[in-house]
Amino acid sequence: MSGQNTGSAQRRKPGGTGGFGGAGGRRRQGGPSEKPKNFRGFWGKLAGYSRHYLPIVITALAMAIIGTVFQIVGPNKLKEMTNEIMKGLSPGGAIDFSAVGGIGLLLVVLYTASAAINFIQSFMVATATQKVARNMRTDISKKINRLPLRYFDRSSFGDVMSRVTNDVDTVGITLNETLGSLVIAVTMFFGSIIMMFYNNVILALVAISSSIIGFAIMGIIMGRSQKYFVAQQRDLGVANGHVEEIYSGHNVVKVYNGGKEAKRVFEEVNQDLYTSGWKSQFLSGMMTPFMQFIGNFGYVAVCVAGAALAMDGAISFGVIVAFMMYIRLFTQPLSELAQALRDLQRTAAAGERVFEFLDEEELSDESGKQAALPADARGGVEFRNVRFGYTPDKTIIHNFSATVEPGQKVAIVGPTGAGKTTMVNLLMRFYELDGGEILLDGVPLSSMPRQKVHEQFGMVLQDTWIFEGTVKENIVYCKEGVSDEQVAAACKAVGVHHFIRTLPQGYDTPLNDKANLSQGQKQLITIARAMVQNAPMLILDEATSSVDTRTEQLIQDAMDKLTVGRTSFVIAHRLSTIKNADMILVMKDGDIIESGSHKGLLAQGGFYAGLYNSQFGA
Amino acid sequence: MQKLFRYIKPKEWGLAFVSLCFIVAQVWMDLKSPGYMSEITTLVQTPGSAMSDIWLAGGKMLLCTLGSLAAAITVGFFAARIAATLAKDLRSLLFDKVEAFSMEEINRFSTDSLITRSTNDITQIQMLVTMGLQLAIKAPITAAWAITKIAGKGFEWTAVTGVAVLAVIAIFAFLMVFVMPKFKRIQIMTDDVNRVTRENLTGLRVVRAYNAEAYQERKFERVNEELTGLHMFVSRTLAVMSPMMSSIMGGLSLAIYWIGAYLIHNAAAPAKLTVFSDMVVFSSYAVQVIMSFMMLVIIFMMLPRASVSAKRINEVIQTEPTIINGHKTEGAHGVRGEVTFEHVSFKYPDAAEYILEDISFTARQGETIAFIGSTGSGKSTLINLVPRFFDATEGEILIDGVSVREYDQEALYNKIGYVPQKAVLFRGTVASNVAYGDNGGDGYTDEEVRRAVAIAQGAEFVEKMAGTYGADISQGGTNVSGGQKQRIAIARAVCRKPEIYIFDDSFSALDYETDRILRKTLKNETKGVTCMIVAQRIGTIMDADQIVVLDEGRIVGLGKHRELLKSCDVYRQIAMSQLSEEELAE
Repeated sequence: MSGQNTGSAQRRKPGGTGGFGGAGGRRRQGGPSEKPKNFRGFWGKLAGYSRHYLPIVITALAMAIIGTVFQIVGPNKLKEMTNEIMKGLSPGGAIDFSAVGGIGLLLVVLYTASAAINFIQSFMVATATQKVARNMRTDISKKINRLPLRYFDRSSFGDVMSRVTNDVDTVGITLNETLGSLVIAVTMFFGSIIMMFYNNVILALVAISSSIIGFAIMGIIMGRSQKYFVAQQRDLGVANGHVEEIYSGHNVVKVYNGGKEAKRVFEEVNQDLYTSGWKSQFLSGMMTPFMQFIGNFGYVAVCVAGAALAMDGAISFGVIVAFMMYIRLFTQPLSELAQALRDLQRTAAAGERVFEFLDEEELSDESGKQAALPADARGGVEFRNVRFGYTPDKTIIHNFSATVEPGQKVAIVGPTGAGKTTMVNLLMRFYELDGGEILLDGVPLSSMPRQKVHEQFGMVLQDTWIFEGTVKENIVYCKEGVSDEQVAAACKAVGVHHFIRTLPQGYDTPLNDKANLSQGQKQLITIARAMVQNAPMLILDEATSSVDTRTEQLIQDAMDKLTVGRTSFVIAHRLSTIKNADMILVMKDGDIIESGSHKGLLAQGGFYAGLYNSQFGA
Repeated sequence: MQKLFRYIKPKEWGLAFVSLCFIVAQVWMDLKSPGYMSEITTLVQTPGSAMSDIWLAGGKMLLCTLGSLAAAITVGFFAARIAATLAKDLRSLLFDKVEAFSMEEINRFSTDSLITRSTNDITQIQMLVTMGLQLAIKAPITAAWAITKIAGKGFEWTAVTGVAVLAVIAIFAFLMVFVMPKFKRIQIMTDDVNRVTRENLTGLRVVRAYNAEAYQERKFERVNEELTGLHMFVSRTLAVMSPMMSSIMGGLSLAIYWIGAYLIHNAAAPAKLTVFSDMVVFSSYAVQVIMSFMMLVIIFMMLPRASVSAKRINEVIQTEPTIINGHKTEGAHGVRGEVTFEHVSFKYPDAAEYILEDISFTARQGETIAFIGSTGSGKSTLINLVPRFFDATEGEILIDGVSVREYDQEALYNKIGYVPQKAVLFRGTVASNVAYGDNGGDGYTDEEVRRAVAIAQGAEFVEKMAGTYGADISQGGTNVSGGQKQRIAIARAVCRKPEIYIFDDSFSALDYETDRILRKTLKNETKGVTCMIVAQRIGTIMDADQIVVLDEGRIVGLGKHRELLKSCDVYRQIAMSQLSEEELAE
C-alpha cells in the first residue's frame, strides 16, 4: 500500500502550482513586499464587509471539515481491507470476500461523499468570494464619485485603477483558493495526528518526530532564501525602472549618444537580476523535492519501527499500511498551510488597499440642504471675501471680492500654472472655500446641494473628455429627454454637423481609442454637449496650442455662440477674448493679483500690462 | 517558442544535457524505492526475518530518497541557471534592439508594449523554462518508465490505471474546451472595467458638472456584472477539479487493492506473497503514472500563455531597424552648422499620403530658422528628419554638406543639440541631467553645467532647490514643474556645445517673458550655433532669420515675419489668431 506521492496529489489545486492559465498566472509573484499593515484588523473588517455571505462561508467551511474527516477515515478502512487480504496469505487462510466487499463499498461511499461535499463547499466559497469581489468593485466605482476632488490631488489615477482590478482580483482569487484549503489543511493535520495516536502511540511519535526534523531543516532553508526573494523583487523593480526610463526617453538617449552609458547601467542591473533571479527560483524549486524527501523519510522511519513492532506482534501489518498513508496526510497540510498563510498575507495586503480607499473621507452629506435659486435665475455671481487654499497651510486666494452682472463675460488670465482652474473648482464647488462666500443670484453656493450648483453651469474644459460610446451618446450624455433634432441643432450651431454626417454611421458612429477625431473635433463635440445641456451659466477653457490655429478659430466661434446671453467664465488664451471681457481676473502663483477691464488694467501698468506687452516685445 | 531556444548558448545546452542525466538518475531512484518498500513488506510479512534486514532495506530506500533529493536539487540548480541565463541574454538582446530602433519602429510597437516585452514577457519565459526543464522532461520519463515496470504484472491492474489516466485527460480536456477560452474573456472584461474606471477618473470634473454620477455607475455595473459572471463561472467550474482528482487517486488505490484481493485468492499458494508485494509496488507506480500525467497537463496549460510572450519577444527581435549607420565622421571641409534640405519628401511605409512633400531650404551657420503651421502640417516630422528619427523617403538632408545617411550616427549626434516637445528627464541630479550623454569630448566641467543652466534661465530656480545642482531629480522629472523641466532640457542641449540646435516646440511650457529672455540669451551667448525652431506662438519666431510656413506637408511661405505677413495667407491667419489687427499694424 501507499505510494510515493499519494498525499501530495490528493488535493493539489490546479491554481496552486502557479501556472494554471489565468487563475494562477495572473497572481502577482508573492513577494515579501506585500505585507499587510494590520493583519488581524483586516480580517475583522472583511468579515464585517461581507457579513451577508458569512453564513454561506461558515456552512461551506463546516462542510469542508466533514469532507476531510471522511478522507481521514479512509486509510483506516484500507487498513482493515489489507488485514482481510493478509488473511489470505497465510497458509490455509482464505480471504473473506464479503468483508472486503463491504469495506470497499464503504470506501466508495466515503470517497464519493467526500468529493461531493468538497465540491459543494468549493462552489459555495467561490460564489461568496466572487460576490464580495463584485461588491468591492461596485463600491470603489461609487466611491470615486463621492470623494472630494482634493483626494485626487495626492493620488494617481493608476493607483485607483489598480485597486479596482489588481487588488480586488487578488482578494477574490486568494480568498477563493485559500479559505477552503486552509480549513482542510488544519483538519487534515490534526485529524491525522489523532488517527495516528489512535492506531499506535509509538509509531505516531516516530512519524511525527521524523517529520519535524525534516521541517526544521526546510524552515532553515526557506528562511535563508527569503532574502533572495526580496532581492529579486528589488532587482526587478530597478530593471523595470531603467528600461522604462530609457525606452521612453529613446530620442534623447540616442541624440545625446547616451546609449553606451545606458547599456552599461542596464548590463549591471541585468546581471543583478540574473543572480537574484536564479537563486530565488532555485530555492523555491527545492520545496517540492524536499517535501517528497520528508515524506519518504517519515515513511522509512515508520516502516522500520513498524516492522520491529510487527515482528514483536505488537501491531498488525495493516497498521503499517495505514501509517504510510497518514504520514502523507500529516506532512502534506504543513506545506499547504505555509502556502495558505502566505496567500492570506497577500489577501490582507490587497484588501487593505481596497478598504483604505473605501474608508477615505467622502463629500459632506447634503440631503439637508434645501436652498434653491429663484425660478427666474438670472446668473448674477458675487464673490464675497473669498479665501481659499489647496492645503490648509497655504492660502492662495486671500480676500477676493467681485460682482459679476448677469450675462457678463469674465476672462481669467495668467501664465501657465498660475492656478486658473482654481476659479472653476470654486464655482463648481469641486473644492470648498476656507472663508467668505460665493453667491448665485444672492443665494450662497454652500447652502445649495452640489447637484443644484452643477445644474447652473455648462462646462467645457481644455482636456476634451470623450467616452466610449456613439457620437450622440457623447453629446446627450446623461441629460434626459433630448431629441435627435436638438442634438443636430447643437451640432449645426457648433459647426460639426457636416463632419459628423460624413462619419460612417453619422451620429451613431462609435467613438473609441481608434476613432480618428482630431483634438479640435473632440473639443467641438464637448461644446455641443454643453450646448445641449443649456445651463444658464458657462465655464469655458479656451483651446491652446494642442489645436491648430484654424480649428481654434472654429472652436472660438462655437464658444462665442455658446456664451450669448449667458454669464460666462472663460479661461482665456486669446487677446480678443480678453479684450472683450467685461471683467479680467489676473492670476499669478495661484492668487488673483489684479482684476478689472482690459483698458483699466493696462493703465495700471501692473503684471497684466507686463504680460500683455511681453507677447510683442522682442 | 522554439525560435527563442536559438538564443540558448552551447554552454547552457550542455547544462541542459547534464540535467537530463540527473533527471534520469532521479527517476531511476524514485522508481527504485517502491522495490525496497515491497522488500520491507515481504520481510515484515515473513515470520522470522531479521531486524537487520529491515534496517538494510530501509537504509537502501533512504539512500534512494536522498539520492533523488540530491538529483532534484541539482536539476533545479541547472534549470534555474539556464532559464536565468536565457532571460538575461534575451533582455540584453531586446534592449540593444530597441536602442537601435528609429521612431518608426518604436511607434509601431508603442513604448509601453516594448517595456512589457522586455520585462514581464521575458520573466514569463524564464518561469516556463525553469518549470519545463524540471517537469516537462521528468514527467514523460517517469510515466514511460513506470509503465514498463508495471506492464505485465497484472492485466486488470493495468486496465484500471489506464481508466484513471483517461479520466485525468478527460477532465483537463473539458477544462481546455470550456474554461480556457473564458480566461481570455476575463482579460478583455478586466480591460473594460479598467477603461470605464479610467473614463470616470479622467472625466471627474465633467461627470460631476453634468451630475452624471449615476449614469457612470450604471455603466460600470454593466461591465462589472459581466466580469463577475465570468469569474463566477470559472471558479465554480474549477471547484470540480480538486475533489475529482482526490477521487481518482483514492479510487485507484482502492480498485488496485480490491482487485488484488481476488488475484491473491486465485493465485497458487506459493505465489500469493509475490502477488501481494506486486500489489503494493503496483499501487505506488500507478500513482506515479497519474502524477506524471497531471504534471504534463499543467505544463500543457501553461504553454499558450508563454507562447504568447514568446511571440511578442520574437516580434521585437525580428524587426530590423530601418536606420543604417554611415561611416563619415566629418562634414565637408570648412563648413559648419549648415543644414540643407534638398527636395525632401516623407511618408510612412505603406501609407498612401505624403506627410512632407518637396521641402527645400538652407540654414547657414548662426542663423535661426523657424517652422510654423497648423497641427498635422508636418513641422515636427520635418525637424525629426535631421537627427534621423526617420529617414526621408525622397531627397537628401545635408549637414555641413554631407548627407545625414553617410554620417556615423555618433558623429552626427555630436553636431546636434536636440530638445523634444516633452522634456525628458532622467533619474539623477540636475547636473547629471544637464551633463547627460557624450559629445565626443571628456565630459563636462561644473562650470560648463552652470553656464548652460544660466543660459537656459534655470539658474534661479536650480539654486533655490535643496542641493542646487546636486538636487535629486526623480524618474521622469516628476518633482519639478513643466517649465523647469523644459529649461533643464534646454540646458542639456546648450551644455553639449553643438553646431545646430533643434527645438521641437520646446518653448511652449515657458511663459512669454521667460521665452523671450531665454531666446535672447541663447542668441548672445552661443553665437554661431544654427537654430531650428518649431513653434506655435508667433511671438517665439517673429525675429527668426527665416520662417518656413508649412501647410499639409508643403512649404507655403518662406521669409521673414514682415514679408510673410504680406505675402502668405496661412501665416497671416495664424498671426491674426494670436495678435489683434492693431498690433500687427504697428
